[in-house]
Amino acid sequence: MSRRARLLVFLLGGGVLAIAFVIGVVDMPGFGGDEHPYRDLAVPSAVAHGTANVVAAVNFDQRAIDTFGEETILIASTLGAVALLRPSREETVRRPPDLGHTLESTRLIGYVLMPLTLVLGADVVAHGGITPGGGFQGGVVLATGLHLLYVTGSYPALDRLRPLLPFRTAEALGAAAFGVVGALALIGTGSFLANALPYGSFGQIFSTGTVQVLNLVVGIEVFGSMVVLLAAFFEQEISVRKQDA
Amino acid sequence: MTVLLALCLVLPAIAATAVAVTHDPERQAVTLATSGMLLCLLFLVLQAPDVALSELGIGTAIVPLMVMLTIRTIEKDRKTRRTDEDGDDS
Repeated sequence: MSRRARLLVFLLGGGVLAIAFVIGVVDMPGFGGDEHPYRDLAVPSAVAHGTANVVAAVNFDQRAIDTFGEETILIASTLGAVALLRPSREETVRRPPDLGHTLESTRLIGYVLMPLTLVLGADVVAHGGITPGGGFQGGVVLATGLHLLYVTGSYPALDRLRPLLPFRTAEALGAAAFGVVGALALIGTGSFLANALPYGSFGQIFSTGTVQVLNLVVGIEVFGSMVVLLAAFFEQEISVRKQDA
Repeated sequence: MTVLLALCLVLPAIAATAVAVTHDPERQAVTLATSGMLLCLLFLVLQAPDVALSELGIGTAIVPLMVMLTIRTIEKDRKTRRTDEDGDDS
């Protein structure tokens, strides 16, 4: 496509987007205003179900089916990426070579921060229903913490520390457990993903009914997904070589 | 508060423009991480810590890491291709 044609396509698409954006934004309430109809409905419902983190209540209670869809998207896209990145027939997987020199200070920071990050991630997952964070964020923090081992320059250690089978299993089980919790609620109360457990006392770790349970299974799934996804990228970068002809 | 908010709105916009005008993909991974960090600050100032945490994890850690790994894989592939061609010539 010539430069002019590309510009024309861009102006066409950009123009339509700009018009749609202006139409969409012009009727919105002002920035930082006091009128929040959504908040007025969401906050009382969250409090009624003993959930201190209203965002978690929206994600895992009021609109849990949306989150179920998102989890399915996550697992499907991870699956697609891993299928795409698997070593092809003309490639061989070799033992990862030595990565060379890493600064001592970088290694130290990596080794110190790894356990701290893992604990923080577990904390973010466990308190998802009552403080900011939750299964998704905590799962990502856990995966990031594990990959700090790569920053320390010890990819072989990372390779040993994360045998992929448990993470693949965790990913699948986490995603399935979300559906199972939903189905159990369907059997118990007659509606899918209804918050059917006791709500407990507001602000305690064992409160919020199913919100904490769903947070936990999402945390397991996201941790597994991220590790499996990054492992595919690492494998392509470090241990896969084109076979000698 | 207004000044802080204005700053937090303007800085991600500048950083995002910087990502768009960075030509070298390897440097783009760094500017992308910076822009994600500033966006995370904006979410924090707007009192959305949940979103800020997600942005911090995905935008400043996982995505730049995947970009860097992809760039290195492509470079490695190019290098082996080049040595293969050299081998054929000799």
